[in-house]
Amino acid sequence: MRNLITFIIRYHFFLLFLLLEVFSFILIANSTYYQRASILNTSNHITGAVYSAFDNVTDYLSLRKTNYILSEENARLRKATRLSFLLADTNSFYVNDTIYKLRYTYIAAKVIHNSVNKRNNYIMLNKGRKQGIDKDMAVITSNGIVGTVVSVSDNFCWVMSVLNKHTKISGRIKKNNQMGTIIWEGKDFTTGTLSDIPAHVKIAKGDTIVTSGFSHIFPAGIFVGNILDFRVEQGDHFYVIPFRFSVDFNNLDYVYIVKNLMKDEEVKLENSIQDE
Amino acid sequence: MKNILRFLVLVILQVFLLNKINFLGFLNPYIYILFILLLPFETPGWLLLLLGFVTGLVVDMFANTPGLNASATVFLAAMRPVVINLVGKKPDYDVGGQPSMRDMGFKWFFPYAFLLVLIHHFVLNIIDVFSFYELWQTLMRVIFSSIFTLVFIFLAQYMFSKNKERG
Repeated sequence: MRNLITFIIRYHFFLLFLLLEVFSFILIANSTYYQRASILNTSNHITGAVYSAFDNVTDYLSLRKTNYILSEENARLRKATRLSFLLADTNSFYVNDTIYKLRYTYIAAKVIHNSVNKRNNYIMLNKGRKQGIDKDMAVITSNGIVGTVVSVSDNFCWVMSVLNKHTKISGRIKKNNQMGTIIWEGKDFTTGTLSDIPAHVKIAKGDTIVTSGFSHIFPAGIFVGNILDFRVEQGDHFYVIPFRFSVDFNNLDYVYIVKNLMKDEEVKLENSIQDE
Repeated sequence: MKNILRFLVLVILQVFLLNKINFLGFLNPYIYILFILLLPFETPGWLLLLLGFVTGLVVDMFANTPGLNASATVFLAAMRPVVINLVGKKPDYDVGGQPSMRDMGFKWFFPYAFLLVLIHHFVLNIIDVFSFYELWQTLMRVIFSSIFTLVFIFLAQYMFSKNKERG
């Protein structure tokens, strides 16, 4: 026993070092991917409050640009309302509105913390559980995808940005409906990569990539980006397609959180198949 | 007391300013480690490690990376005595002296800060990426962020040593 105590005293520096490192690694291991930040959920209250206070100041600096983006979107939405369509065919039949069932609702939120320069980037928004935000909701802007909600506290949520090692979003090339996987290789926050498109498919620079909607998270047809280049690695049968994100991640301000009202039903159906 | 103030200033600077620098998309200087670098020579080892851990964890809380900065900063704190031995202690340093530019001079402080910053940034980035697959890219991050951090550290040191002479 005395030997043990002498040992501990003699090597206390090294032992403490090991202890702290092990503890840090446990924190890291427990927090990677989706569980990330759930440990710090309680501290979200504090950091969230501090960030919003700071954001109140910086908010004014981007007002002009934000206004411009909002008005542009307003114009686009106005174009899409029924009032702006002229009824050309008087023989059109009556459409019962109950055919359309609301599937997605959108909740506007403000970015209060964001980064683009790490390998794994996260965004904090000023909406949380009290505003109906839940894990696995999609986050988009008026011109493209932004990320997925990974952790929620009462008034804030953390979003795993598309600029993250763990991002895997199902996307498709709009022109020919070919489906692939959207990932981020970490080099540059303006450029993502589309993989898993078979090499026999004809594609061209500038082709549009949109979300496929084959997950319960992102609605179909949300703009992702335009193809910059494409190549086939030697001995591979799939393209590697770098593309330019339609969203400027360095300049995020207001975003929409997408709530899929039928997600429960979809997940239940899917699970019932897996069970058998 | 001075150290507590320095801790607060550095962490606030780190969280609100430096974590938001996005120059070239991969630059992220970590100036908060200056707090660990400047702790007095007499700081016992266990306190060094604990302070490193706490500092890292606070920065982690704001960056949503639990454990990442903590592990790198603990490693930094553990390497500090080694690097001090490596660079060589001056025999005539004052009691209560700090390993700073003012007390030790540029010639001593430069290799000291350079080595420790490089070690910290390397560990931090390797743990963040957690693979050697993108090694070249990771090294670029390490090198450029280190240069940035060093520039900040020397600017801060220069300013503080000037103040002392005047005051």
